[in-house]
Amino acid sequence: MKNCLIIGANSDIAKALAAQFAKAKYNLCLTGRNMEELKKTASDLNIRFGVQAEALFFDVLQYETHETFFQQLEPKPDVVIAAAGLLGDQSIAETDPQYARLIIDTNFTGVAGILNEAGNYFETIGKGSVIGISSVAGERGRKKNYFYGAAKAGFTAFLSGLRQRLHPKGVFVMTVLPGFVRTKMIENEETPWLLTAEPEKVAKQIFNGWKSRKPVIHTPHYWWLIMCMMKMIPEKIFRKLNV
Amino acid sequence: MNKVKLANWGRYPVIETSISSFNEERHAVQKIRNAHGVIARGLGRCYGDSSLAENILSTLNYNKFIAFDETNGVLRCEAGVSFADILEVFVPKGWFLPVTPGTKFITVGGAVASDVHGKNHHKEGTFGNWVHSLKILIASGEVINCSPGENADLFFATVGGMGLTGIILEVVFSLKKIETAFITQQVHIAKNLDEVMRLFDENKAATYSVAWIDCLAGGKTLGRSVLYLGEHSKTDEIADTIFADKPLYYHGKGSIGVPFNFPSGSLNSLSIRLFNSLYYGMNKLKSDGKIHINPFFYPLDSVNNWNRIYGKKGFLQYQFVLPLENSREGMTEILTALHNEGRGSFLAVLKLFGKQIPYFLPDTSVNEVTVTAEETANRNETTVSNNAQFERIEAESNTQERASRDGKNQQCMQNGINHPLISFPMEGYTLALDFPITSGLMKFLNKLDEIVLEHNGRFYFTKDSRLKPDVFRKGYPELDQFLKIKRKYDPENTFSSSQSKRLGLT
Repeated sequence: MKNCLIIGANSDIAKALAAQFAKAKYNLCLTGRNMEELKKTASDLNIRFGVQAEALFFDVLQYETHETFFQQLEPKPDVVIAAAGLLGDQSIAETDPQYARLIIDTNFTGVAGILNEAGNYFETIGKGSVIGISSVAGERGRKKNYFYGAAKAGFTAFLSGLRQRLHPKGVFVMTVLPGFVRTKMIENEETPWLLTAEPEKVAKQIFNGWKSRKPVIHTPHYWWLIMCMMKMIPEKIFRKLNV
Repeated sequence: MNKVKLANWGRYPVIETSISSFNEERHAVQKIRNAHGVIARGLGRCYGDSSLAENILSTLNYNKFIAFDETNGVLRCEAGVSFADILEVFVPKGWFLPVTPGTKFITVGGAVASDVHGKNHHKEGTFGNWVHSLKILIASGEVINCSPGENADLFFATVGGMGLTGIILEVVFSLKKIETAFITQQVHIAKNLDEVMRLFDENKAATYSVAWIDCLAGGKTLGRSVLYLGEHSKTDEIADTIFADKPLYYHGKGSIGVPFNFPSGSLNSLSIRLFNSLYYGMNKLKSDGKIHINPFFYPLDSVNNWNRIYGKKGFLQYQFVLPLENSREGMTEILTALHNEGRGSFLAVLKLFGKQIPYFLPDTSVNEVTVTAEETANRNETTVSNNAQFERIEAESNTQERASRDGKNQQCMQNGINHPLISFPMEGYTLALDFPITSGLMKFLNKLDEIVLEHNGRFYFTKDSRLKPDVFRKGYPELDQFLKIKRKYDPENTFSSSQSKRLGLT
């Protein structure tokens, strides 16, 4: 049996993605901070799919623990997914630098740290997959969430670099750029109904993308077009837009 | 929060509501804080307005399996788990739902709140009979456990309580052991009401029984029916079929859909008469045999959105039960009224309910289903499941012994409440009808209401969307006791539905 490690397994996309890997008979190691919830998810996967699923505490912000955490993992994963993220409240971040840093560290520094560990390990064995859940928010900064967007932009760049480094070593690095997904992250936001996808659909697209070794995917796929157009808007106009 | 328009399965009534969901207990607690007019909603398969309210809390994202005891088949899961999910996971392991209605697209929480019944009611009771314990979020924001032995008043007000006592979060209940995923079916043709009632009576020992009834027939053929009986097939019974090497074959997917609303009026008395005659004729030719659980229990589930054939105006379900002693007379009167009016129901289902099966204090060891499936394998404790309790009931011919145990149970159950207070089934015949919404329908149904009440019958909450408070109350003598418990746990009516308001319950 192969093993899949999920960082931030309490996120809704992660839960749906865990089900996809469990269906493919991967044993799962779920990590996060809310242990009660993680354990429930683990039992659910165990009962539904008959795979082994364990829940482990892991906080992406405790950088000093990253190396030991990964070294102590047994068995070692074949796939590592980073889904930890914090949208945060932009208005608080604008006036509270500590909070702004929390958003940046959760979405970028923390996840990059642990994926780097995973990448180093995969490099030594010459195989393995890294899947990073970034965001379309990182493709162009908007006033609504630029701390979040900036961190995701950093994460996207990190994944791109990691991919270039590890590709010759036989390690697959995948960047996932989700648009609006109906998760608790955006529960209090008003998002356009037609453009908001269910986590299950997104998870399926990620899983299929991973199987066919697509380096970068927008999910749902039409976000590729939306972001293409969004990126083409000249800054002179973009700065006046209320998007 | 955004307002959306929403209706349940009957597509009537449509209300404007705000709907939110949760996937962790603490989120549910937050959501009911300071809220009013909240009701939990699962898959919305009740027909009317039972799970409609100003504020709907959807349980659909709260859908995890928590633990399964493989020795006794006891499952603990979150309330949003659907019957379809349970079948998908557990049929291949050799377990089946203890009680199931005619659709698998319902949630466990909904099954408890409606205290659903199935084709085995006369023998195995309602879904509530198989429930060991519940975890429920009450208005104060506390999450408490209840069972026939712990907070029994809350338990018996919640089973069949239409979600009015709080948000059901977790349910522990027994599954039923099966050898195969097939049913050995017998089909009987009954020429009229007398005959079908005689057949029901003669076949009380059958595990499953249900009749489809042609309600447009009159005169000598009044009540002509097709009676279906079923037993779970044993392994050797399917030995000569292609499923011999995969007796627990289950495939839940694959269905056709009704992509659009039929023009209202597509189902008129002519098309219904035609369908009924054809259906009756076809079944005359049908032979007995083995049938998979999916088509046996869920014939309509293979057609997605079948409710659309009733057109945009929607339809009404009408289900009542008459006490056994009044059943023949009452049913005759109602069928005659249907015949005279020419108001056929596309699907009319007749079923004999049994006596309410008593609840026993659950074995505490069964209640502690907190281990995962893996750990279960290492456990050697022997526990008694509800399943075994039923066998015990049958085995106990010694009435004295029975009485003493009942006494003990009675003592432990608070205030002497030992059965669900407003659960629908009672011993007698039940008839379920559905009608497209057309002019004059309400007036006609008022007439039927009177016949039902004259015969001391009562109506099913889950299918109702139009009854008047006094009509409803008459059928439920223990309603006041229910309301007392409701007020104890929810003094400010945090939980209410369009239906509970219409019926003057909240």
